[in-house]
Amino acid sequence: MGNGARSDSIVRGFALSSVFWLLVGLVLGLWLAAEMVYPSLNLAPWLAYGRLRVVHTNGLVYGFTIAGIFACSYYILEKLTRTPLAFPGLAKAQLWMFNIAIALAALSLFAGWNTSKEYAELEWPLDIVVVVLWVMFAVNVMGTLVKRREKQMYVSLWFLIACVVTVAVVYILNNLAIPVSLSKSYSAYAGVNDANVQWWFGHNAVASVFTFPILAMFYYFLPKSTGLPIYSHRLSIIAFWSLVFGYLWTGAHHLMLTPVPEWIQTVALAFSLFLIAPSWASVINGFYTMNGNWDQMKSNYLVKFFILGITFYGLQTIQGPTQAIRVLSAHLHYTEYIPGHVHMGTMGWVTMVITASMYFMMTKISGREIHSVKLANVHFWLILVGQLLFTVTLWIAGIVQGAMWKATNPDGSLAYTFLDSVAAMYPYWTVRLLGGLLYFAGIAVFAYNLYMTSRLKARAV
Amino acid sequence: MKIDSLYEKPVLFALAAVVVISVGTLVTTFIPLFLPSTQPVSPLFKPYTAVETEGRDIYIREGCNNCHTQTVRPLRAEVARYGDYSRAEESAWDRPFLWGSRRTGPDLARAGGKYPDAWHYRHTANPQAMFEKSNMPAYPWLAKAKLDTSLTARKVKTLGFGYDEAEVARQLADFRQTVAAPTYPSAQVRSQVTPAGLRGEITELDALVAYLQKLGRDLKAARKPAAGAATAGADGSKNPYTGNHDAEEEGEKIFKENCVSCHGENGAGGFGPKLATTAHKFGGSDADLFASVAGGRPGGMPAFLPQLGKERIWKAVAYIRHLEREGR
Repeated sequence: MGNGARSDSIVRGFALSSVFWLLVGLVLGLWLAAEMVYPSLNLAPWLAYGRLRVVHTNGLVYGFTIAGIFACSYYILEKLTRTPLAFPGLAKAQLWMFNIAIALAALSLFAGWNTSKEYAELEWPLDIVVVVLWVMFAVNVMGTLVKRREKQMYVSLWFLIACVVTVAVVYILNNLAIPVSLSKSYSAYAGVNDANVQWWFGHNAVASVFTFPILAMFYYFLPKSTGLPIYSHRLSIIAFWSLVFGYLWTGAHHLMLTPVPEWIQTVALAFSLFLIAPSWASVINGFYTMNGNWDQMKSNYLVKFFILGITFYGLQTIQGPTQAIRVLSAHLHYTEYIPGHVHMGTMGWVTMVITASMYFMMTKISGREIHSVKLANVHFWLILVGQLLFTVTLWIAGIVQGAMWKATNPDGSLAYTFLDSVAAMYPYWTVRLLGGLLYFAGIAVFAYNLYMTSRLKARAV
Repeated sequence: MKIDSLYEKPVLFALAAVVVISVGTLVTTFIPLFLPSTQPVSPLFKPYTAVETEGRDIYIREGCNNCHTQTVRPLRAEVARYGDYSRAEESAWDRPFLWGSRRTGPDLARAGGKYPDAWHYRHTANPQAMFEKSNMPAYPWLAKAKLDTSLTARKVKTLGFGYDEAEVARQLADFRQTVAAPTYPSAQVRSQVTPAGLRGEITELDALVAYLQKLGRDLKAARKPAAGAATAGADGSKNPYTGNHDAEEEGEKIFKENCVSCHGENGAGGFGPKLATTAHKFGGSDADLFASVAGGRPGGMPAFLPQLGKERIWKAVAYIRHLEREGR
């Protein structure tokens, strides 16, 4: 086999870890969705809503997505550099340490060690572990790149480098804090500055975890699984630099109409609209790659994951900037519309691309065809329908909710109490739960299919 | 150097990426850290007391910010619903900020002083007992946990609130005495949710309630109530719906949605005074009752004028008259 054979077990280990944390995170998501309708599910302090929600988000960001990124990055890195990983022992240690860290992170959040800053809730001891893990990853990525045998770095590697540096910068700066005990610290920033730094982090965590590395996978696995070269190299260059430049300006669109200085909000709004262009450059690159070969949507089970994935990325990057516009933010912010938006990105774009990439890698590693193409198709349709039911329902719910909050009588008094707006949400929350159940069924099929594929013994060379 | 060679040098490429991400970071995040206008400080907004600090940490620990925001945006409907819009100065002492991003429950930036403590004790322990359609999860265990104050002095010092360890001890002792006293106005409801062994101690719920009562308090104190707002259109005026049966029926609906949780079924009394009586605490004329509902009263009666408007308040007053007749 090729040069990559040595780290196949590491890629496989991260892929299976990723799927494990995906299943855990989704079960918690279902629990939360049910608790929205049945608040009596708030059973005990360790399982209370406010703690579970944090384990759900962190479990899926740091457990599922980051492990998926590690798996795909190491795979792509070896293939595109035609070089084995620089430090396979380090990667093996990273795999073990990663899983222990995620388990400890979940336990600490269940215990209420929580900084309250969204997606940066882990307390300082675990922050240090996260940074150490990231340095281990960065050393392998940069080390392998330096030793590489392929002269040019392909676009996937650019996105990988951008992911490595951006996560490091935003994670460390946002988590600076003064500890008062092992389980408690206070942010290094106060009030408005804390909010501004937090959402600069929050938005660029989305950029560097849910965008850059997923685009790296897309640019590698779409051509690989179709046998078609990416449409335009020049477009990739323009898209890459303008995306990486533009993202860092936009954090304050999460803080529209708050006490954050108005100029910061307006700059964020302008750059949010600007970001549509480089985002859609990747969408166009993906669609044009398929030009003349759209029959593969039917004949090649992997293609539809990537193409639907990039389509949801395209929708996501239109919807996001529109939410930044002040009048729309005034109506939609704080409503169900926002979780609807987030879940299209994570359930549509991120998971479509990561799960398809895992099918591809696992068949290559095992040296055989996938366990069942039919099950892969079932997986595809269940997560597509589940996600759409979930997200479209929440968009409608958010628009209704925003309208109820704003509605006034002729004399200027409010038409609805807050409780009226809660009562109006129950039907939507029930449908969201159904969407989540369908989605989970699809992911369960995926997990089974991937596990069976990974068990197939390597074909004799 | 040919620009293409950038794609052949990974270390240089990584450095270029750092430079490119630094521009927006510097302008929108780093430089504002050093501009006093980003986080202005005003003596009108005081730091938290020792107990409020601990209550805030419980709010953080339980992730209350996942469902409750603490920023009122300068939008007409939002100011009518919650109260005055949020100022930057209000957050000066907040590490971390707790503005939140989602309103599964209502905004809490103006929760302080809106209801009596008793309201919060009962609501936190069992929200559905007060609002059947609420999906707020119950947190009865907060009243069953003694507040851990072993780190309070260190916390206050780290946060730079400007008072010393002796003052922390004094505040804790004072607070404990206040809530444990039989004269504490919310003593009855507090003892219903607090186990006997902890009634003489500070519980986690006590601290949380103290924190909630601080939210927006300094702004309310700094701003005099707008003159005449409370009694707009009510001076000496009579209820246009007196004796109007349809209006009384509408008033009953309004009463059930907005008043029952405190004043009890049929106005029999609860946290709020009994209303099925002619002996009203703040006066029983049409104008008095209107003023009480519209502008609120000290001790936990919120102002309903922005939310309900004049017409619906008069209808509610008509229903209160109906209750008076029933109560006789």
